[in-house]
Amino acid sequence: MKKILALLLAALMVVGMLAGCGSSKTEAPKDAETKAPEAVAEAPAEGSAPALKIGLTGPLTGGASEYGLAVRGGMEIAVAEINAKGGLQIEFKAEDDEADGSDKAVSAYNSLKDWGMQILAGAVTTGSALAIAAETVNDQIFMLTPSASAVDVAMTGPNVYQMCFTDPNQGASAAELMAQKWPDATIGVIYDSSDAYSTGIVDGFLSKAAELSLNVAVDNAAFTADNKADLSTQVTQCKDAGCDIVFLPFYYTEASQVLTYANTIGYAPTFFGCDGMDGILAVEGFDTSLAEGLVLMTPFDANATDDATVSFVEQFKANNDGKVPNQFAADGYDVIYALYNACVAAGIDGSTPAADACAMLQEQFAGMTVDGLTGKGMTWDGNGMISKAPAAVVVTDGIYVPLA
Amino acid sequence: MAMKTLLKNKTTRTNGITYLVVIAVFAVMQVLNGAGLLGSSVKGYLVPICVYISLAVSLNLLVGICGELSLGHAGFMGIGAFSGIVIAALLQDTIPNDVMRLLCAMVGGGILAGVVGFLIGIPVLRLRGDYLAIVTLAFGEIMKNIVGNLYAGIDAQGFHMAISTSKMKLGEGGKYIINGPLGATGVQKLATFTMGFVLVLFTLFVVQNLVNSKEGRAIKAVRDNRIAAESVGINVTAFRMKAFVVSAFLAGMAGALFGLNYSSVTASKFNFNTSINILVFVVLGGMGNILGSVISATVLYVLPEAMRGLQDYRMILYAVVLIVVMLCTWSPKFKEKLSIVSEKIKSLFWGLFKKKEAGTNE
Amino acid sequence: MRIFQYLINGISIGSVYAIIALGYTMVYGIAKMLNFAHGDIIMVGAYISFCVTNYLGLPAWASVLAAMAVCTVLGILIEGLAYKPLRGTPSLAVLITAIGVSYFLQNAAQLIWTSSPKNFTSVVTMKPISLFDGQIVITGEVLLTVGVSILVMVGLTLFTSKTRTGKAMRAVSEDRAAAQLMGINVNRTISTTFAIGSALAAVAGVLLCSTVPTLMPTTGSMPGIRAFTAAVFGGIGSIPGAMLGGILLGIIETFSKAYLSTQFSDAIVFSVLIIILLVKPAGLLGKQVQEKV
Repeated sequence: MKKILALLLAALMVVGMLAGCGSSKTEAPKDAETKAPEAVAEAPAEGSAPALKIGLTGPLTGGASEYGLAVRGGMEIAVAEINAKGGLQIEFKAEDDEADGSDKAVSAYNSLKDWGMQILAGAVTTGSALAIAAETVNDQIFMLTPSASAVDVAMTGPNVYQMCFTDPNQGASAAELMAQKWPDATIGVIYDSSDAYSTGIVDGFLSKAAELSLNVAVDNAAFTADNKADLSTQVTQCKDAGCDIVFLPFYYTEASQVLTYANTIGYAPTFFGCDGMDGILAVEGFDTSLAEGLVLMTPFDANATDDATVSFVEQFKANNDGKVPNQFAADGYDVIYALYNACVAAGIDGSTPAADACAMLQEQFAGMTVDGLTGKGMTWDGNGMISKAPAAVVVTDGIYVPLA
Repeated sequence: MAMKTLLKNKTTRTNGITYLVVIAVFAVMQVLNGAGLLGSSVKGYLVPICVYISLAVSLNLLVGICGELSLGHAGFMGIGAFSGIVIAALLQDTIPNDVMRLLCAMVGGGILAGVVGFLIGIPVLRLRGDYLAIVTLAFGEIMKNIVGNLYAGIDAQGFHMAISTSKMKLGEGGKYIINGPLGATGVQKLATFTMGFVLVLFTLFVVQNLVNSKEGRAIKAVRDNRIAAESVGINVTAFRMKAFVVSAFLAGMAGALFGLNYSSVTASKFNFNTSINILVFVVLGGMGNILGSVISATVLYVLPEAMRGLQDYRMILYAVVLIVVMLCTWSPKFKEKLSIVSEKIKSLFWGLFKKKEAGTNE
Repeated sequence: MRIFQYLINGISIGSVYAIIALGYTMVYGIAKMLNFAHGDIIMVGAYISFCVTNYLGLPAWASVLAAMAVCTVLGILIEGLAYKPLRGTPSLAVLITAIGVSYFLQNAAQLIWTSSPKNFTSVVTMKPISLFDGQIVITGEVLLTVGVSILVMVGLTLFTSKTRTGKAMRAVSEDRAAAQLMGINVNRTISTTFAIGSALAAVAGVLLCSTVPTLMPTTGSMPGIRAFTAAVFGGIGSIPGAMLGGILLGIIETFSKAYLSTQFSDAIVFSVLIIILLVKPAGLLGKQVQEKV
C-alpha cells in the first residue's frame, strides 16, 4: 500500500508539472526561445501581429543528439538575425524526440502543436520525420525538414518539403562522379545496414553503378548500430578485394574509425563520403592528416569565404564554445531563412492559421528560389524534394578544395 | 450477503479495485475528451499508455509472479507490431471495417508472438536466473537485427518478403509494408483509445485469472521454492512455459496496437532500452502487484513528457527521479523513517480529532 | 593468411570485451548484482583520460592514473548513494537503480562534454607490426589490450585467493550472512569491490577508446552490453571465464562478419550464444551451483 502511495505522490508531481508547463505557455518564452528577447521587446508597434511560431523536433538527448543540437544551433542563429531586423518576428521552440521513430516523435510534435506551432521546421532524423510527416498531413501543418533525407519523407504528403538531398539521388550522384573521375577503379562500399540514410544512399548508388557498369567489388560490407565498435573486418574486406575507392555513405562519427584503422594497417585507397561526412575535420582530437585526400559531396563548407558563411560560422562558434558548424547546422539555418522568405512573400504572420499558412507556403515553395549556405538557386519540385548542385570537394591540407 | 463475502475476500477486492480504477480513468478521459478539454499531447499519450500498461502487466506475470527475469519483452512487442501491421495491410480489402481489422491484427500479432515465445521457450526455459535474462536479451537483439533487414510488400501478385532490397522485386503499383531499416512506413493508423482500454481490461482479466487460479498458486509456489514445489508434484516447466507464452501473447497484442497507432515504426524501437523501460515499470510498481504496474506505467510514461519544459536537463532529472523513487520505495531505512513520520501525522490527526470530539461533548 | 588477420581483428575487439567483462564479472560475483552502469563508468574514464591528455597536456600514463582515480571515487560514491541503501532487497531493485545511474551518467556526460564526438588519441605510440609484406598487421593496441587483460585476470585471481581482502570478498560472495558472523565487514568489502571494479573500468575505457577512437556519451553502453554477454558466456562470476568469453565473442563476431554475413552478424553472434548456453547452462567456465533448498 505504501508503494502505491509513493506512486500516487509521483503522479501528483506529474500533474503539478503538467500544470506548470500549461501555465508557462502564457508566460514569456524561455530557454530555447530566449535567444531573441530584445527582438520580442522591440517588435514593431505598427505590425503588432503576434510572432510566427516555428517548431523543431529533433534528438536533443541520447546517441543522436549531436545532430539535433547542431540543427537547433543553426536555427537559433537565423531566428536571432531575423528578429533583430524588425518586421516579421519569429518565436522558435525545439522539442526532444530522442530520434525515436514512433511515440516519442509524435509526443514531441504534439507538444509543439499545443504550444501553437504554425510551421514545423523538423524533424532531424528520418525515422522521426516519417512518423511526424503523416501527422502534419492530417493537421495541415507545413513541414520543411532540414535533414531527414529519405524519399519516403517527402512522398508522405504535398505539405512535406526537404532541405537536404534525398538519399538515392545522392547515391546516384556519387556513382556518376566516380564514373566520370575514376571509370576503371575497383570500388568497395561500407555502410550501416541499420540506418535508413546509409542504406538509402547505397541503394541509389548500386543501381546507378550497375547502369554505368562500374566495378563494385565489395558491396555488402555492412555494420549495424550495435556492432559499429569494430569496423576492422569491413576495411580488411575492401583491402583484400583490392579496392582503390572505398565509398563510405555514413556519418563522420564512424568514418573517423575507418580512416584511423585503414591508416594503421597501411591501406590508402581514395575514401569517398557523402554529406554526412561533413564535420569530420572539426572532430576534437581528430588527426586531420588522416583525412587527407578524402573526397566528399557536401553542400556546405565551413571554410568558405563568402560573407554569409563567415558570419554564420563566427556566430555559431560564439554560441557553442568554439565548435565549428557542420552541414546539419547550415541546413537548419537555411530552413529558417527559406521559411521566412516564403512567409514574407506570402504575407504569413503569427495570426495566420496553420492550415492556411500550409496552403500558402506550398504555393510559395513551388515557384521559389532560395540562396543559402548550402547552395545557390535552390528550388523544390512538386513532391517537395530539393534540387541543388552537389559540390564535390577533396580534403587538402585540412580544408575543402573543389574536386578538380 | 453473497456480495459481502465476496468483498471480504482480499484478492477479489484488490482485483475489483484495479478494474474500477482503470474504468474510472477511462470514463474521465472520455468525458474530458468529449468536452474538448484534452490537448494534443495528452490525447497522444492515451494509446501508448494503454500499450505500456499491458506490457508492464504481462511482464509482471513473468518477473513478479513467476520470478523469471526477462530482458527481451520488447522483442515480443516488436513481433506483434510488425506482424500486426502486415496483417492489417493484407486484410485491407477483405475486411473493410477498421475495428474488425484492428482486432484481427492484434489477435494475429499476439498469436505469432505467442508461437515465437513457445518456440524459444522450449530450450530457454531450461535456464534460470541471469542466464534466462541473457538469453531473452539475445532473443531481443536477434529479432531487432532480422526485422531491421526485412523487406515485405504487396503487389498484384500478392505478398512478397525478402531479406535484401536486391531480392525484393515488387511489381508495378506494389507497395512496401516493411522497408528494411526504414521500418514499416505508411501504416494506416487504426488504433483507438477505446481499443487500448479493451486491451488493458483483457490483459488484466487474463493475468489476474491466471494468478488467482490453481495454476497461479502453483506458479507462485514454483517462484518461492522450486525444489519444494517440484517435490509436491508440480510440473515446474509446464507452468513456466504457460506463463511465458501468455506473457508473450499479451505483449504481441500490445505491440500490434502500438504499431497501428503510428504511421511508421522502426525495428530499433524494440531494443534493449525499451525492454528495460518496461522492466522499470514492473519493478517500480511492485513485483507481483498488478495495480502497481498499471499506475507506474502511466506515471513513468508521462513523467519525461511532463518534464519537457526543462529542455536539455529533462533526461538527467528523469534519471534522478528514477533513482530517488527506487530508494524511497525499496530502501528499508527509508521505509522505517517514512512509517515513523506517518505514525506522527496519524497521531497528530487523531489528537486533533479527539480534542474536537471532546469539545463537542461538553 | 587472411584468416589470421581476421583472427587478430577478433582478438583485438575481443580483448576489449574481455577487460570490460572482467569488471562486470567481479562485481557480479561478489555483490551479486548486475551493474548496468559499468559501461558508463568506462565512458567517464575515457573522457577523463581524454581531458587530461588534450587539455592539460600530460602524458598518457598520467591520464590513465587520473582516470583510475576519478572512476574509483565515482564507483564508491555511486555504490554508497545508490546501491548501499538497497542492500538486502531483491537484486532486481538494485538492477533498476543501476539503470537509473546509467541514464544519469550518460546525460551528465552530455551536459559536461557535449554530444559531439571526440577522437581519442591512442595511448600506444608503437608502430604496428607488419608481417608477410603487410598481409598481417598487428597493432600495438592489440598487444597492449591482450597483455593488460591477462595481467588483470592473473592479478584478480591472485588477489581473491591470496590476500585478506580478497578472501573476505570470496566469503561474502559465498554466504553473506555467514561472512558477517565471521566478523567480515560486508559493506566495506562490497565497497572495495566497487572501487576495484571502477578502477578496472577506467583502464578498460582507455583501452576501448585506443582501439575504437570515437568517444561519445553513449560510447560505453553498447560495448557494456556486449561485455555483459561475454561475462555470462564465460560463466558469470568466473574471472578466467570472463577473459575467455570476451575473446571468443570477439572472434565469433569477426568471423561471422568475414565469412557469413555482415548484415546479420548480430543475430549470428547471439544465436551462437544461445546455443552454447543450452549446451552449457552455466557458461563455459561457470560452476553449476546446486540450489539450496
